[in-house]
Amino acid sequence: MRIELNVNGVTRTLNVEPRTTLLDCLRDALDLKGAHAGCEHGVCGACTVLFDGVAVRSCLMFAAQAAASAITTIEGVTPGPGELSLIQDAFCETHGLQCGYCTPAMIMVAHALLADNPEPTREEIVDAISGNICRCTGYAQIVEAIALAAERMRGVNRPRSLNK
Amino acid sequence: MKAAAFEYCRAADIDEACGWLAADDGARVIAGGQTLVPMMVMRLARPTRLIDINRIAALSYIRKDGDGVAIGATTRQCVVERDATVAAELPLLARAVPWIGHSATRARGTIGGSLANADPAAELPLIAVTLDAVLSYRAGGKTGTMPAHEFFVGAMVTALPEGACLTSARFPVWKGEKIGIGFHEVNARRSDFAFVSAAAQVELGADGKCKRIAIGVGAATDFPMRLEAAEKQLTGTALEPKAVDTAVRGALAGIEPLSDLHASADYRQRAAVSLAIRAVADALSDAKGKKTHAH
Repeated sequence: MRIELNVNGVTRTLNVEPRTTLLDCLRDALDLKGAHAGCEHGVCGACTVLFDGVAVRSCLMFAAQAAASAITTIEGVTPGPGELSLIQDAFCETHGLQCGYCTPAMIMVAHALLADNPEPTREEIVDAISGNICRCTGYAQIVEAIALAAERMRGVNRPRSLNK
Repeated sequence: MKAAAFEYCRAADIDEACGWLAADDGARVIAGGQTLVPMMVMRLARPTRLIDINRIAALSYIRKDGDGVAIGATTRQCVVERDATVAAELPLLARAVPWIGHSATRARGTIGGSLANADPAAELPLIAVTLDAVLSYRAGGKTGTMPAHEFFVGAMVTALPEGACLTSARFPVWKGEKIGIGFHEVNARRSDFAFVSAAAQVELGADGKCKRIAIGVGAATDFPMRLEAAEKQLTGTALEPKAVDTAVRGALAGIEPLSDLHASADYRQRAAVSLAIRAVADALSDAKGKKTHAH
C-alpha cells in the first residue's frame, strides 16, 4: 500500500506492505539504520524514535499507522552533517556509550525527556530510560550523560554574569 | 519476527470499524498495539485484517460524566497519567497507571486496548474492577454497557459480544471528604508483568470509621477479583490491623492462584494477602491524612 511518511522533516511517498513495521520501513525503505532492531517485540527499546515528539517503540507499530505524523530518528537530531547534538556530545564526553547498540534509542529518550522536563532528577532520568536495555550495562554513564546534557541545555543563552 | 500478512484499514468512525469487524471473522481491532503487535510478530496472533481505530477522534477523551469520569477507549495511557481530572477524581487510577509498561509503551498504549486485552497481570482491569467501572461498547449500530466485574471472564477473555468494539470506561467518583487509596505490585523489575497486584480505596466517616471500602487483587488469578467478603466485614470498623489481616486472609483463602516459572501458586497466594493488607493500610493512612474541607 502507498503511504506518506514524514521523517526528520521530509515527507516521502512509499510503497509498503501493511505488515511492515515502522522500524523496518525506516531501516529498509529509507535506509535510516540508526533505529536498531534488537528484540523486535517491544522489550529492549533499541528501536525508539520520536513520534510527534514522544518516544515510542518503532517495532510496535506498522508504518501504515504512522502516516500524517512527524517521526524523528537519531539521524534527525544533529544540527548539521558531521556534527553532534548537545545530547550526543554529552554521551561522548561521559563515556555514555560502549558497544553503541542501545545508544541512538537512549539519545532519543533523552531528547523526549529533556524537551518535557529541562531539570530532571536522577530518579526521573532513571525512570525515563527504564524501558531501554543496555547490554553492556553501562547505565551509570548514560544517566550521567543525560544529567550533563540537561545542565548544558539549561545553560544555553544564559548571561555569563549569572554563572558562578 | 515479522507478522503474517494482513489487510490494513483505518476506520473513520466507530460504526465503520464495527461493520468491518462483523464482516470478517479474522479481523481484529488495533488501538495502541503494544500487546497485539508483539503477539503478531511472534505469530501468536494472525489477524487477516487490522482495523485501526487510532484516528477516531471521538474515542479519545477524559470528561466528567455526572458522578463519574468517562474515559474514551483510545485515550493514551500517558494522557491519563498526566490528566488533572483523573488525578483529582480518580486517584487510585492515577496511582496505578505509571505501573503499566514503560513510558514509551504508555505513549501508545490505550485505556480501552488494555481493558479489552484482559491480561491477568494488567493494572487497568484491576482498577476497573476495584472501582466498579462500567464499560461501554458498540456493536451493530447499538451501544451496550457492562460492569467491569462481568466483563472479565478469563485470562485474555472478556464477555464483549462478537463483533463489538469497546468505546469507553466510566469510573464512578467517590464523593466523600476522607478518601484514601493504596496500590501495591510485585514483579521482577518495575514495569514488567505483575506477579500480584492489589488496590484499595477507603472512605472514612466523621467518626473515623470505615464508611466504604473496595479491595481488589490482580495477577493472582485469571482475572481481577474483588475481596467482597472482606469489604463487608471491614465496613463500619476502624480498620484495625488485626481485623484487616483476618478479613483479607479469609477472603483469599479459597482462591486458585496462577502458577508459572516466576511465581508459584503458593507464592502468589501469600503475596496477594500481604499486598492487599498493605494496600488497605496505605488507603487508611492516606484517608486519615486528608483535611476536612469547610463548606
